[in-house]
Amino acid sequence: MSSAMIETHEQGLRHDARRERWALFGLSSPALILVLVILIIPVGWLFYLSFIGADGQFSLENYQRMVDRKSYRRIFETTFQVSLITTGLCILIGYPLAYFLSQLPSRIAGLCLITVLLPFWTSLLVRTYAWLVLLQKRGLVNTWAMDLGLWDEPIKMVHNLTGTLIGMVHIMLPFLVLPLYGSMNAINRDYLKAASNLGASPTRAFWTVFFPLSGPGLFAGSLIVFVLCLGFYVTPAVLGGGKVIMVSMKIASNIELFVNWGAASAMGVVLLLLTMLILWVASRFLRLEQLAGGGHG
Amino acid sequence: MMRWLNSPASETQITHARRLWLYALSIVIMLLLVAPTLIVIPMSFSDSQYLEFPPETWSLRWYRHYFGSPEWMAATATSLKAAFLTMLVATPVGVLAAYGLHTSSIRYGRLVLALLITPMMVPLILVAVGAFYVYVKLKIQYTLLGLVMAHALLALPLVILVVGSALKSFDLNQELAARSLGAPRWKAFVTVTLPQIRFAVTTSALLAFLTSFDEVVVAMFVSGGDNATLTRNMFNALRDQIDPTIASISTIMILVTTLLMVLALTFGKAKDAG
Repeated sequence: MSSAMIETHEQGLRHDARRERWALFGLSSPALILVLVILIIPVGWLFYLSFIGADGQFSLENYQRMVDRKSYRRIFETTFQVSLITTGLCILIGYPLAYFLSQLPSRIAGLCLITVLLPFWTSLLVRTYAWLVLLQKRGLVNTWAMDLGLWDEPIKMVHNLTGTLIGMVHIMLPFLVLPLYGSMNAINRDYLKAASNLGASPTRAFWTVFFPLSGPGLFAGSLIVFVLCLGFYVTPAVLGGGKVIMVSMKIASNIELFVNWGAASAMGVVLLLLTMLILWVASRFLRLEQLAGGGHG
Repeated sequence: MMRWLNSPASETQITHARRLWLYALSIVIMLLLVAPTLIVIPMSFSDSQYLEFPPETWSLRWYRHYFGSPEWMAATATSLKAAFLTMLVATPVGVLAAYGLHTSSIRYGRLVLALLITPMMVPLILVAVGAFYVYVKLKIQYTLLGLVMAHALLALPLVILVVGSALKSFDLNQELAARSLGAPRWKAFVTVTLPQIRFAVTTSALLAFLTSFDEVVVAMFVSGGDNATLTRNMFNALRDQIDPTIASISTIMILVTTLLMVLALTFGKAKDAG
């Protein structure tokens, strides 16, 4: 065979390989079209609308409004406040639980993990409803607490910030515990043995060895919880009783009640950018795939 | 008991006795995680207007009310139809994408994958509002078609991730063997690869069904009229007053979810690929 022929063959092979790569890649085109048509184009459109003023001309008034108007600033403040408190409470409650689970023999841990997974799968609406029932004036919590003499008058625990926080912590906890438990399980226990061999007390070994090693998992889990809280809609809408207004709720009411697409879009763009930024930071610490299977909203 | 208390509990030689607080705290947290949802179940069998626990008199009153209401029945039918169709759309589209991205060594593969799993990361309210806007233009708002497309979008990342991870542990050389023996590529996929990732495919299909069945925010915007979903009607009912009928619906939803997740887990545990 002449070298020219070999060259043509090689070219042909390369050509075939390229064609096959593109054919295989083409298999993902239905998925790409779905994402483009139902997500990317609409969100791009909202991005465009956010720069259109009431007079139909290009303007920054929709963004200006968020800075100038006190009511809009309040909504962002509330959203951050609720998200921060929820994340903080989730850390306080979730860390001991994840630690407890990581110390159990794997079979028992698997059983205990069901108590984390069961609420994780149960419809968000059902769980929100459950808290509404439990926390209402005539609800179980008030009745039992008064029977036990903890308080005399029924306390208002729903349709306010308290109810919102209780519901949100309950819903967010699995999102923290699951990645945290995973990262704690990956910690090499020999380090702890080494620490105690060197004379560290159990408390000291925990704080100087275990806790820092669980840090990335804790950080990533907290960011996920925080970001999901930022976009939360259902639980604050039901348990907040109109007193806790988050960004998502304002976006919805801007469209449903006021048909103000510009204002809604601008808030949406800010929410989206914040979310993406935080998720990008989280992805440095955790593979996002690990979060598959969680419903949120 | 005493011996257990004083025995070392971990590598640091801390005793169980010094850790009792952690055990107690964790058990309380685990109870608080499950109890609220489970308590709805007995409550739904109460005869009273006010959901009581434990119920003083038991009855199926709220179930009769649910099954006797044409509105609730229509909404349930919509939700089931939408969930089933979402599963039928999202599963094949997701499997194709996962397979295509896994086998094609294209340079921007990872970028495309990132794009395909964005529906999981964008705040739901934006997906809802964006879809609503486009559907109004396309005149498909409040149709089953629109609802299914939006829910399929939300389910897509789950299918791609679950099937993608199954493909990672599958040896593609088996497909090459089939093809070298003369099978066309699609046949090699259907007869060799697909049977070996069938558990992952089933799991992802169940997850797609659940994603649609449980979804509230997008359904609030793109479903309505005759095509209002169960969750949409529940959400609207919750904003008004505490209707005990919701307790019976919740109980049914808890049962459906648990059943599907147990199925999904069973298939998930069953080893794919060998």
